[in-house]
Amino acid sequence: MTKILAVDDSASMRQMVTFTLKSAGFDVTDASDGDEALNIAKSQAFDVVITDVNMPNMDGISLCKELRNLPSFKFTPILMLTTESSAEKKQAGRSAGATGWIVKPFNPDQLLATVNKVVG
Amino acid sequence: MEIDLSQFHSVFFEESFEGLDVMEQELLNLEEDTDLENVNTIFRAAHSIKGGSATFGFTHVAEFTHVMETLLDEMRDGKRAIIREIIDLLLKSVDCLRGMLNKLQDGEEVSNDYVELVNYFNQLLNNNSASSKQVDSGDSTAGNNDMSSQDESQPVFSILFAPENYILQTGNEPIRMFKELRGLGNLSVEADLSKVPSFKDLDPELCFISWELKLESEMEALAVREVFEWVEDDCKLEINSSGGKSVDSEQTNTDDKVNDEQTLKAENNEEVEEFAEPAVSAEPEETPEPVKKLVPIKKEANKAPPKKAATTASIRVGIDKVDTLIDLVGELVITQSMLGELGDNFEMSKVEQLINGLRELEANTRELQESVMRIRMLPIGFVFNRLPRMVRDLSAQLGKKIELDIIGEDTELDKTVMEQIGDPLTHLVRNALDHGVESIEKRLAAGKSETGNVTLNAYHQGGNIIIEIKDDGAGIDPQIIYRKAVEKGLIEDGVDIPKEQIISMIMEPGFSTAEVVSDVSGRGVGMDVVKRNINNLGGSVDISSELGAGTTFTIRLPLTLAILDGQLVRSANEIYVIPLASIVESIPLTSIQVTRIAGNMPVYKNDNEYIPIVDLCDEFEIKHDRQTTNEGLVAIVEGENRKIAIKIDELLGQQQVVIKSLESHYKSLQGVSGATILGDGRVSLILDIVGLSKRSTERMSTRKDRVA
Repeated sequence: MTKILAVDDSASMRQMVTFTLKSAGFDVTDASDGDEALNIAKSQAFDVVITDVNMPNMDGISLCKELRNLPSFKFTPILMLTTESSAEKKQAGRSAGATGWIVKPFNPDQLLATVNKVVG
Repeated sequence: MEIDLSQFHSVFFEESFEGLDVMEQELLNLEEDTDLENVNTIFRAAHSIKGGSATFGFTHVAEFTHVMETLLDEMRDGKRAIIREIIDLLLKSVDCLRGMLNKLQDGEEVSNDYVELVNYFNQLLNNNSASSKQVDSGDSTAGNNDMSSQDESQPVFSILFAPENYILQTGNEPIRMFKELRGLGNLSVEADLSKVPSFKDLDPELCFISWELKLESEMEALAVREVFEWVEDDCKLEINSSGGKSVDSEQTNTDDKVNDEQTLKAENNEEVEEFAEPAVSAEPEETPEPVKKLVPIKKEANKAPPKKAATTASIRVGIDKVDTLIDLVGELVITQSMLGELGDNFEMSKVEQLINGLRELEANTRELQESVMRIRMLPIGFVFNRLPRMVRDLSAQLGKKIELDIIGEDTELDKTVMEQIGDPLTHLVRNALDHGVESIEKRLAAGKSETGNVTLNAYHQGGNIIIEIKDDGAGIDPQIIYRKAVEKGLIEDGVDIPKEQIISMIMEPGFSTAEVVSDVSGRGVGMDVVKRNINNLGGSVDISSELGAGTTFTIRLPLTLAILDGQLVRSANEIYVIPLASIVESIPLTSIQVTRIAGNMPVYKNDNEYIPIVDLCDEFEIKHDRQTTNEGLVAIVEGENRKIAIKIDELLGQQQVVIKSLESHYKSLQGVSGATILGDGRVSLILDIVGLSKRSTERMSTRKDRVA
């Protein structure tokens, strides 16, 4: 089963992402900020990481950098949830080692389509 | 996959309201301290609301938060000064958003009031990008439809893809991209291995292969390009369409992506959807609800909340509280199974064991009850938090300088009490601002600093929570109150009344008419309502005031409305509950001296005070066959500074009782605050001490009248 780590500080977004992915048969673990996500990532590997950018404690960009330093996340697809207003964030994400991005707002179908790009 | 997004709406609303509260609070902090972290927090809150609202189809909210966010972003980057006007605008926006979300939550249409603010933002930003974006979103659906009718022949794309060798470390995997291409049409792939080093020099983590691909597809050139969207910066990419015409053959530069696409538009001479904004195209402008009414998938259908799900209140509970509950339930289960086993093979020799087991069960139950009650306990900060904003706005309006100090915002109190204390508290604070703290001139004339102070303080005392509202204003002049009370016929002229009692008269009904208000500098507006509300919660308000130095209102409230520590007492054959907190002492009737004062009212003389004795049998007209009157005892109880001695036959046990409203099952009675069900199933009335003492004084005065 494909394991996905979903990170977002907004509970509604997190629930939506988690629920959508679970409904599609993925094994989803969620975290509410970069700190929490990194702690989880240190103890287990994931096939895909989906993270929001703007978060308290540790933002998505820093999380991405930190994850790339972990051996088991060297090649793991990391997707950023960004908004259209943050083109520079995409760039920052990419230099931090992010694989790609999902532009907010997105609907469940778009989310799954994007995730399917990087699994399998 | 079809997923009903409305199931996430209530969480969205809840977190958005929380976010707005945070924004409001931080905006107020920003006035004192322009810390970048504050701006960040505000930005994040706005950003989250924007993301959520766009995702869940609340386009108006998304549109509004978008301009807010743009402004906040400029503030964050230091491009825009943080000035009062901006903070005012943002605070107004918070109010506006709150209104919009409230309407959406109730399933109503959002009015267009917000447009004015949006325009103002755009003006301020002096940047048309935001508004042009709106236009985009409206047009984009039309663009979508055009797309299908474009291609006449099936083009062949030849693609040269030469990734940088670090491509794998970005998590991008060429094979997956090819798979995706294969989804678009017929694909043939040829790998160029010429750059792959010899095996011993090979770094397995790098990629040295480049590819030539041929794709037969009816898809848009852009769709093909989109497959490589994430790696544009990390590869050399050439895409040529069928006739060999180069569609796009430069090493792309993402910064100019949109321009790029526009060039592409020109080249192909066709209308192309702006892929940079795919998201906005999902929902056209007009509908606040999602466009597609998605059908919930079956297995989750029962989970989907009803249309107005948002109205169901929910609270957040700390995980530690839940853990405690789970532990307790675990213990309860153990005790239960122990008792169960005991019951299966019971013999008289095990009585001791049974008693112990039951005792344990009792302890478990009590702890469980306490823990459950604690779940509803929330920090009073929830109520306090809305006050700084009010103080800010009102003091500006009044032309006063007032600083609000909040102490003890972590003090917990039951949610139901909290919900009802908000309005009285707001009223008292507003009153302190309006009539307590003097104008700057008056303050300076009185030798005070020009900034007035209002302090809110909350703390626990016994089973109560105490909330103090203290101002350093002019105080209340008892003389004026006295005069007014005489005029109103509330007291007789010349009667000597202690200062505290005079001052507390401002909370009497009938004192709070408009004309009195202007004379006694307004104190008294709705004060009786405040007092009544607090009394209804089983609490009390005390006022202390020092002329020239300020006034303090002290609110005392029970921590919870649901449970009471009670003393069971018997009068004749009836059992009553007296709130334990109100009992001062109990004395056998034989050892006290009962005297009778005017009107044959029995009183008990204790030191210098006369305490009226209330016989429950008389009070509630209980039939009894008591012969003598000095059997039994009196319980001295106190409420709102008044003492009465309740005559009872016997003190029974003390226990926590669950309060049931009498009002909703029967009717409201003076002297009775509710009822409870005892262990043996009998209903017992809970005595309301303040009500009882009022009843007795009223009776006393009518008797007095009769005598006179």
